[in-house]
Amino acid sequence: MRRRVIPGFGLALGTTVLYLGAIVLLPLCALLLKASGIGLTQLGEILSSPRTLAAIKLTVSMAFAATIFNAIYGLLLAWVLARYSFPGKRILDALVDVPFALPTAVAGLALTALFAKNGWFGAPLDKIGITVAYTPLGIALAMAFTSIPFVVRTVQPVIEDLGSEVEEAGRSLGASDVQILWKIIFPAIFPAFLAGCSLSFARSLGEFGAVIFIAGNQPMKTEIVALLTFIRLEEYNYEAAAAIAAVMLVMAFIMLVITNAVQVWHLRYVGRGEV
Amino acid sequence: MSIASERDSEQADWMHHPVGGGIVTRRIVLWTVLVLTALFLVAPLVLIVTSGFSLGVGVFLRNLTEPATVHAIFLTLLTALVVVPINILFGLAAAWTVTKFDFRGRTLLIALIELPYSISPIVAGVAYLFVYGSQGLLGPLLDYLDIKVMFALPAIFLASLFVTAPFVARELIPLMQVQGTDEEEAAVTLGAGGFTTFWRVTLPNVKWAVVYGAILCNARVMGEFGAVSVVSGNIRGQTTTLPLQIELLYQDYNVVGAFAAATVLTAVALVTILIKVTLERYSEVPQSGIGH
Repeated sequence: MRRRVIPGFGLALGTTVLYLGAIVLLPLCALLLKASGIGLTQLGEILSSPRTLAAIKLTVSMAFAATIFNAIYGLLLAWVLARYSFPGKRILDALVDVPFALPTAVAGLALTALFAKNGWFGAPLDKIGITVAYTPLGIALAMAFTSIPFVVRTVQPVIEDLGSEVEEAGRSLGASDVQILWKIIFPAIFPAFLAGCSLSFARSLGEFGAVIFIAGNQPMKTEIVALLTFIRLEEYNYEAAAAIAAVMLVMAFIMLVITNAVQVWHLRYVGRGEV
Repeated sequence: MSIASERDSEQADWMHHPVGGGIVTRRIVLWTVLVLTALFLVAPLVLIVTSGFSLGVGVFLRNLTEPATVHAIFLTLLTALVVVPINILFGLAAAWTVTKFDFRGRTLLIALIELPYSISPIVAGVAYLFVYGSQGLLGPLLDYLDIKVMFALPAIFLASLFVTAPFVARELIPLMQVQGTDEEEAAVTLGAGGFTTFWRVTLPNVKWAVVYGAILCNARVMGEFGAVSVVSGNIRGQTTTLPLQIELLYQDYNVVGAFAAATVLTAVALVTILIKVTLERYSEVPQSGIGH
């Protein structure tokens, strides 16, 4: 390794590692340590209990539904922001950041009031027989709200960077709009799109504040994993809380690995396009 | 103009017409997005403000000056005041480490810096309990020393530090990566010390990114709910931050009070977005989404 010209490496690295160790790694290790001390039989019992399984199933399926919604709406939103110019575009662009800037508890409160049976949207929906608040649909809605910027902000720059040359080449060879969209544009933005969707899914799995307001929180029916962890803690059932939290942590790691793999693929794709 | 050349120019025009640029497609896509955004992203904001003020400005102000709410606002400001400066320092140290030096494990360190983004705030809260709680690793020691961390202010600070650890670093790293080390090396060669180099060369180059990271960090600290609700113990009037106070008011069926408190946090969010947009327009801050 070449000699370092800039001083301060030891101090900067030391500060960073010490801080990460104390703030991030120590708690995570303590959690895994606690979970590993439970014993396999008891761990199996906690995780295979009907209530835990129902919560996991509900959380994963609603996170999936939210991601599908975000995939479509987010893609359209990114397309509009990248390709069209219209009055108020800056405002629309700024609005995309609302879900990240707005506290999740505030978002949850507002969505619940909107979709409750007497709410602005809840009342008309109730007339046609759709109930959103206090049902799984509400959970998916809250998850979609808090994670929509992930899809938009990963796809938007890629659409902006798409050169028009390939598109024009395709057109001069007689390709239709649909063919160009499907065979040229979509493959180019697909890795970024997938990365955005996996970020959105991961965030949805762990969302708490926005969801618990609108979910109704009925065990076996509308109880998400994060809430069940919280309830187990309040019951002083620390083993169960540790076990379920450890499962959430493992799910987060898996999603992290998937997202990183997709992003590496995405970078390679972009790199190849530039050559 | 001959027919052939007319057809040529028509075709050229058509060829430059991008996909989705047709007037009908454009209208359908644009209006779909605008209507969805109005329903999905704008309506909640409008609802919060109108509900907060639904019983008049007098009731709104009375709700906000309720002692428990005032205390929650104070606690939220205090948390931001403690957490944001610490994370600015950490962000600077972390970004300086991974962008100005090349060392083994650099990629791993970057991954670790970003780790808190992927972890559910609830998991973070639970994890802290197993360090500082009476059942935790350091619990017995803290009990012996009679230091209270869990269900008190230190735990709120720690959990907030965890969830916002990547915010400043994440804004700085890409920017400092692009800037490289030439200017710092020149400064050092001319005899400047490490601190002078940092203060006179590096910091001026990244100051807006620091500001940007700090306001995002601030918004998240003030709005954090999941992690704080686990570690604060949610003791009324003592350890309730503003987001927790919103939930308490809501559970007490004081919906207008809850919305009044929510209006304050919504204002913080809107100011954050406003600063973000301004910084992106007038400075070197790269355009990106808030918080990731």
